[in-house]
Amino acid sequence: MLEIYLKKRLEDKNILLMTHIVLGYPSFDASFQIIEAMVKAGVDLMELQIPFSEPTADGPVIVKASQMALNNGATVKECLDLAEKAADTFDIPFLIMSYYNILFRYGVERFVSGMTKAGLKGAIIPDLPPEEGRDYIDIMRANQMAPILIFSPTTSLERMRYLNNFAKGFIYCVARKGVTGQNTNFSDELTSYIHKCREATSLPLAIGFGVKEKADIEFLKGKVDIAVIGTQTIRVMEEKGVGAVGDFIRSLL
Amino acid sequence: MIESRYYGEFGGAFIPEILVATFDQLVQEFKTAKNDPGFWDEYVRIMSTYSCRPTPLTFAENLTNYFKGPRIYIKREDLNHTGAHKANNVIGQGLLVKRMGKTRVIAETGAGQHGVATATMAAKFGFRCTIYMGEVDMARQRPNVFWMERLGAEVVPVKEGTRILKDAINEAFRDWATNMDNTHYVLGTACGPHPFPEMVSFFQSIIGKEARKQILETEGRLPTRVYACVGGGSNALGIFSGFFDDPVELVGAEAGGKGLDTGLHASRLASKDGFRGVAQGYKTYFLQNQDGQMKKTHSVAAGLDYVGVSPILASLREQGRVRFEAATDREVMDAFSLTLRKEGLVPALESTHAFAQAFKEISGLSGKDIILINQSGRGDKDIFTIADAFEDPAWRQFIIEKAEEYRA
Repeated sequence: MLEIYLKKRLEDKNILLMTHIVLGYPSFDASFQIIEAMVKAGVDLMELQIPFSEPTADGPVIVKASQMALNNGATVKECLDLAEKAADTFDIPFLIMSYYNILFRYGVERFVSGMTKAGLKGAIIPDLPPEEGRDYIDIMRANQMAPILIFSPTTSLERMRYLNNFAKGFIYCVARKGVTGQNTNFSDELTSYIHKCREATSLPLAIGFGVKEKADIEFLKGKVDIAVIGTQTIRVMEEKGVGAVGDFIRSLL
Repeated sequence: MIESRYYGEFGGAFIPEILVATFDQLVQEFKTAKNDPGFWDEYVRIMSTYSCRPTPLTFAENLTNYFKGPRIYIKREDLNHTGAHKANNVIGQGLLVKRMGKTRVIAETGAGQHGVATATMAAKFGFRCTIYMGEVDMARQRPNVFWMERLGAEVVPVKEGTRILKDAINEAFRDWATNMDNTHYVLGTACGPHPFPEMVSFFQSIIGKEARKQILETEGRLPTRVYACVGGGSNALGIFSGFFDDPVELVGAEAGGKGLDTGLHASRLASKDGFRGVAQGYKTYFLQNQDGQMKKTHSVAAGLDYVGVSPILASLREQGRVRFEAATDREVMDAFSLTLRKEGLVPALESTHAFAQAFKEISGLSGKDIILINQSGRGDKDIFTIADAFEDPAWRQFIIEKAEEYRA
């Protein structure tokens, strides 16, 4: 199970690194090369985003990447195939990140069994709160898949506790308001938000949105369990090519 | 707990965690206002002094004589301030914004009507205002962009995706997820997460309340059919809601574009291309592919050019309460010419879909029948599109000369 893996890994490391890619961007071959470079550079887990045409929770960099992948004809089947190949090849947990319509249209049951067959460990679906996603959560749990839920700075402690009832694996804490890829202020305010998250759950905590350099990760050490690097690796790849991704990841650790 | 609402299997509130508290506040505020009779009175008072409510019901005598069929009545939402039914919704939401103590409003716009209406409301109530508009729509609806900017709104071109209405909605949600503390998102139609479908329909129900009363006063009986165009569905729900409990056939006209078999249309309910899905926070029929990716849509009318449709209408279709049809761009231009020549009325191209559908099926009705068409907006904003469609040589020459003038 994901939670056990993470807690075991945390015995040796003081913070884990989760990275993110948009599958099929710039191509499926490149996606696999990036995954390989990231795993070799030492990331602990990865979220693989299946592109959706209406990515409302994402900022311009991931929006553009999603759109390019779709323009190149990326399909959900190809995304799941690549995820399976990654999970077969590399010994870290892989998660799916996407929007609910992708699962809904595919069939939630069929999608989750596809993830299970592919050897994936969980999923993050930002537009599916548990109130609307009880079936999804039940199916995920029945397949030993972790439904990763999200806490935000506007979430009350009471609601965090409610969300915790449904979550498995870890909690994804959004560091600030807004969408992916904007700057985050790593401050005392963030620290007190993290304390509130801790109070609501015993699951490991991941922090994402705006984490992009070593200093950010140093700030987060001892406060959270997982730092999430999302948009920044796409920027690095766009500026310096696929080959630069491994060095970027190593520069963070 | 997120408070959700379903219409049959459609609707819901598929919202990201960051906006849950904001929706909680909105749901509560709307509920309080809805249960407060003073709120509706205040709303009607403003609509009757600032806009043109009640809007008239016009007997289309010449069209009636022309078709030698049913008596044709037209509900004149085009006579609202800013020229469309959109005013009903924005003033209502504006009053809620005041109650919530927020100081900034944002909105998406397709044709520009909702953007102009929101910018107008913001000017009147003293809110800051940002309008998101697809780049493609900005190009085809420049006069509305001009007015929004003159009214003091910032108009942000949306360059993502298909660069039309749905993409503007995504961008507005992103803004809201960042600035919710002082900002309200004035969604323009009866789509999106709860409470928007219910709330927008509530404000638009003023159309149906008036229309029912007016037709009974004039004719002493109910119409046989009521026609409205359907983009997101707010004007249709507005007029239909007055007749839900009556033996009246309700007909929604979607954008048939270049024809339902060409794939170039925006018909979610009348075509076979709409499938159940969840996007932009709600469940309905969307024009999407096998993978759940939204398709490109097409209509001569920017305001109908949308992939989704109100969950309330999706449910009314399932119940068989509303019939959905599609009118093509060509049929719309013909109906537009006829209405203009016969009645001196200038319906928006969006609204003209309702006229076109009514005219198409008029031969099945007799002189004893009455039909009611909702003219949801006025068409002067469409002068560039209409002039192009008619290939008007004098207009073309005028634009060329105007361009030369600016170049000098």
